[in-house]
Amino acid sequence: MGLEDLPHNFLTGRVEDLVKWARRSSVWPVTFGLACCAIEMMAAGAADYDLSRFGMEVFRNSPRQADLMIVAGRVSQKMAPVLRQVYDQMMEPKWVISMGVCASSGGMFNNYAIVQGVDQIIPVDVYVPGCPPSPETLMHAILTLHEKIRTGEITKRRAEGRPLEIEVPSSSPWVPGNPQAVQIGTPR
Amino acid sequence: MTTDFDDQHRVIDRPTWSARETSEGDQELSLREDTDAAALGREVGAVLRLEDGKVLDPSQIDFDRPDDETMIINMGPQHPSTHGVLRLMLELEGEVVLRTKPIIGYLHTGMEKTGEELTYVQGATNVTRMDYMSPFHNETVFSMATESLLGIEIPDRAIWIRTLMLELNRLSSHLLWMATNGMDLGSTSMMIYGFREREMVMSFFEKTTGLRFNNNFVRPGGVAADLPDGWEDDVAVICDTVLARSFEYDDLLTGQPIFRERTEGVGGLTAEEALALSVTGPLLRSTGVPWDLRRSMPYLAYGELDFDVIVGTYGDNFDRYALRLAEIRESIRMIRQIVEKMPTGDFRIQDPKVTPPPRGRIDASMEALIHHFKIFTEGFKVPEGEVYAAIESPRGELGCYMVSDGSSKPFRMHIRGPSFVNLQVLPLLLRGGLLSDAVACISSVDPVMGEVDR
Amino acid sequence: MTEISIGALRGVPTTAGAGVDQIAFPDRAGYAGVIAGIKDAAFEMLVDLCAVDYLGHPGRTLPDGVTPERFEIVVNLLSLSAKRRVRVRVQVPEADAVVDSLFSLYPGSEAMEREAYDMFGIRFAGHPDLTRILMPDEWEGHPLRKDYGTGRVPVQFKEAPGPR
Repeated sequence: MGLEDLPHNFLTGRVEDLVKWARRSSVWPVTFGLACCAIEMMAAGAADYDLSRFGMEVFRNSPRQADLMIVAGRVSQKMAPVLRQVYDQMMEPKWVISMGVCASSGGMFNNYAIVQGVDQIIPVDVYVPGCPPSPETLMHAILTLHEKIRTGEITKRRAEGRPLEIEVPSSSPWVPGNPQAVQIGTPR
Repeated sequence: MTTDFDDQHRVIDRPTWSARETSEGDQELSLREDTDAAALGREVGAVLRLEDGKVLDPSQIDFDRPDDETMIINMGPQHPSTHGVLRLMLELEGEVVLRTKPIIGYLHTGMEKTGEELTYVQGATNVTRMDYMSPFHNETVFSMATESLLGIEIPDRAIWIRTLMLELNRLSSHLLWMATNGMDLGSTSMMIYGFREREMVMSFFEKTTGLRFNNNFVRPGGVAADLPDGWEDDVAVICDTVLARSFEYDDLLTGQPIFRERTEGVGGLTAEEALALSVTGPLLRSTGVPWDLRRSMPYLAYGELDFDVIVGTYGDNFDRYALRLAEIRESIRMIRQIVEKMPTGDFRIQDPKVTPPPRGRIDASMEALIHHFKIFTEGFKVPEGEVYAAIESPRGELGCYMVSDGSSKPFRMHIRGPSFVNLQVLPLLLRGGLLSDAVACISSVDPVMGEVDR
Repeated sequence: MTEISIGALRGVPTTAGAGVDQIAFPDRAGYAGVIAGIKDAAFEMLVDLCAVDYLGHPGRTLPDGVTPERFEIVVNLLSLSAKRRVRVRVQVPEADAVVDSLFSLYPGSEAMEREAYDMFGIRFAGHPDLTRILMPDEWEGHPLRKDYGTGRVPVQFKEAPGPR
């Protein structure tokens, strides 16, 4: 059902571009602020570092209405099932930004109480380093996510078994798995 | 409903409200028929051993209320209004809250265990992330405990720089509280205003310490770096702007009828209940008890500053709001005095065993290189002993109980988080109120889950 | 700092300390009575209750007449009227780690005692709701004990690119 079953041709290519533009222009995050990074996330949504210019200032409280989960903060053992439950309640298409080092890898807390990286529980699209990442770093991550949405594929391509992501030739200097449009650094 | 599995597994044949995928059990709120009288009294908010007439009479608790009139719902841990990962189980009759049980631990980071693995030099990085709204306070109490065990005195300028940073931090913490409290009561503009003011303080912190918050700035022996040139002008701009805008908050909130109706008379607390529950900080002062560690047991430079201790009357949400707004103005007053009185001198103690040498000297002197190496790899050894140091953080009495065994790592580092203790007051505040008042009450208690769970 | 005389502390070994007037070392049987006496001497608030595990450090300095045990419960109390602090340290043996609960004297100790139980496994007799508070309910072990490891995970570099 949906766009994924349509074959890719001239008309559906235009539709695909329209859908991708709509998706990346109004990514609505779910409120999943856990610890210190949540404060930076709120600051990114506030006046000085305005997220509203990306269409993202509405933090939906219900995961059913959200597209993006920004895991902001350290995930403890008690919180991990809750995290998975909230992620499962989100509807496709959904993305995850793992904000801060605690969410990306356990951070400075390598002990019994903290899950060492939220990608042990849910698939992550963008990792943001920093403790806490400044709102500008978070915005760079959001722009990286927008690039990923812009260069991803939705409708089916003609060749069977072709993966949905863009294939990177092995001679490319990019790390496998990243869309080609995204570089390490500022997206062009 | 019994099965063959009865012996090994606990069979749930009545509905419990544990989330199916989570691993919860006894920490939850049970149905009324499964709760005994003492537990019911606690969850309704009755505090024991008070004088007669002040305590909720156990005979007033209706044990026989049929259960289909009430509903147990779960609030959090992922919730916009619980100020972090606080989970509340509420028993409601309609919109009225009867019983409350806060369940915490969703942000438990094992910081006290980590504190035993890090040296005293590294300890500030760990402690600062507990109460992430006021990181300087955590670092200061840790450093004060360490310096007390070491038996060293830090120079005057370090004391005054610490006081300046603590008051600026109190400013930023209370501004964020005004922002989130306003947002919880429906005023999104207050959220934007609070963060806008806070950005000014954050950029000053970034200029001085390198980070917006969770800065590893206050260390045992003093502070990590001196204040930058021109700091007096930056601080003066912050003070003038925030003071002028604090009167805008009066226009926006204090006189506004809806705000007053939602906060006056809601979440009332008496002084006896507060003292019995070990509540400190603005929560205690709103009930009328004039207890502020900065005035009663002065530390750092507070003995030489002129400020008022703000005290409330009714102990309700409006008192706490007005108290914190007044404390913002008192902090500005204190910061202006600090700017005038800041002494010159060293910003950290010149003891080579405790303070690392300046980077330039490492190339020139072999002793400096050795001291630098020892301090940053092994750390400095602290004599055996124990100490309890306490300061007044924006949330209450923040204490550090430290035990040292003579090595370079703390043997036991326990932080007394004020929000951890203040949360015990929630069943009292929420009882008998509406669900939307519950949101306002949680917000006025100002919990920071980082120091609740540590 | 002058020592204030608290009647309940007669007969209990005490020492001086940094930041407190006195540190008292009652035994487990007299612990609740000593705390009740301190409360009657106008110490209105129990500021902090925590536990310490002395497994690796038996040779600590204690006054005469106090036998060291593995665990210690440390209680810090505050008098707002007299602006004084007092500390009470009780030795708790590992084999029979039970202490009286202070809930009936100071209801604010409820959460602190639950945390001591969760982190150390010390039980409090008379506590109304002694369950885990910070760890999930069926967690095994008591994390802050010295024989419980930190739980470090060897650092994994996930999907790092190989040499190019």
